Amino acid sequence: MRRRYLAIRVESEGSVNRGEVTDAIWKAVGQLFGEYGASQLGMVMIEYDEQRSHGVVRCSHKTLPMLKASIASITKINGKSTAIRVLRVSGTLKALHKKYRFRQ
Amino acid sequence: MTATKSFGDLHIRPSLRDMEQVKRMVVKSAELGFRLVGITLPYNASLEVIEKLRKICSEAEVDFATRVDLAPKTSHELLDSLRRFRRRFELVSVLCTFKSVARQAAKDRRVDLLSFPASEPHKRFFDNAEAELASRALASLEVDMAPLLLLEGFQRVRLLSCLRREVAVAKGFNVPVTLSSGASTEHLLRSPNELVALATLFDTASERALEALSEVPFAIVRRNREKLSHDFVAPGIRVVRGRDCCLSE
Repeated sequence: MRRRYLAIRVESEGSVNRGEVTDAIWKAVGQLFGEYGASQLGMVMIEYDEQRSHGVVRCSHKTLPMLKASIASITKINGKSTAIRVLRVSGTLKALHKKYRFRQ
Repeated sequence: MTATKSFGDLHIRPSLRDMEQVKRMVVKSAELGFRLVGITLPYNASLEVIEKLRKICSEAEVDFATRVDLAPKTSHELLDSLRRFRRRFELVSVLCTFKSVARQAAKDRRVDLLSFPASEPHKRFFDNAEAELASRALASLEVDMAPLLLLEGFQRVRLLSCLRREVAVAKGFNVPVTLSSGASTEHLLRSPNELVALATLFDTASERALEALSEVPFAIVRRNREKLSHDFVAPGIRVVRGRDCCLSE
């Protein structure tokens, strides 16, 4: 299965942890595409840096548009106004780090 | 995809009482990749406020277009508002909550953007007849994304269903569509790519969504600026030399 890796940045009124971000994405997917759509997504939060509010999410390449739409539809996490920006999309984690320099 | 295109968000709605918020939103829009923003102003916006906004936008290196949102109850009220305000704003949007207003707005060449209430599907009058009128005039169908983000459950389902139908009708009649954020806070602003992703929810192809964020908004603003300039006579005709120039020869 081909995969896509998305570098994301969480912009929120307060700090949000990895679990909250993951839950918010799953909730958004569920709301927009239902349980059937969510089951096709294969979404995994690979890494999340709470200090910088940056993370990497993985999904199947076929469901990338679904994940992008779901992420863009998020407006709140735990009652805090939030927007999640997709910074980069790549086919491999190595290329994503190279492109975005996530670890720096 | 985004490197070669310039993007415009024709509808941001910050509170003009809080200039810091306006600044934050304009800076965020620039950061997200927009080169043109339309900011909604009240009818009686003073020149001082407009100049402040122009300065904020210029510092953020974003082109600023003045915009007024009309919400008339009758077609006569619409005509009256257009007569009074058309020459004062670069963008005129009409919120069509009555069918007579929608029809008048669609056929009036002074109207730039047709918008419809998001939470009242029975008041969304963008059907074949409306699209045919709009295709003969200059109005575009405006799709605000903020309601799509804020509504939940069945209301969002109905909105998506309406948008899917309206965008298809617009395509059938060659009516331009503009995608705008409609944001009142910076967290509701979305980048061009995010708006394109959201547009897929109502079956808008990426190319068409990109056009609705780039070519269409810039064309509307360019056309109106030309019309509002002092040397404009008619489309394609402008004064190149004044009376004084002729006398001096």
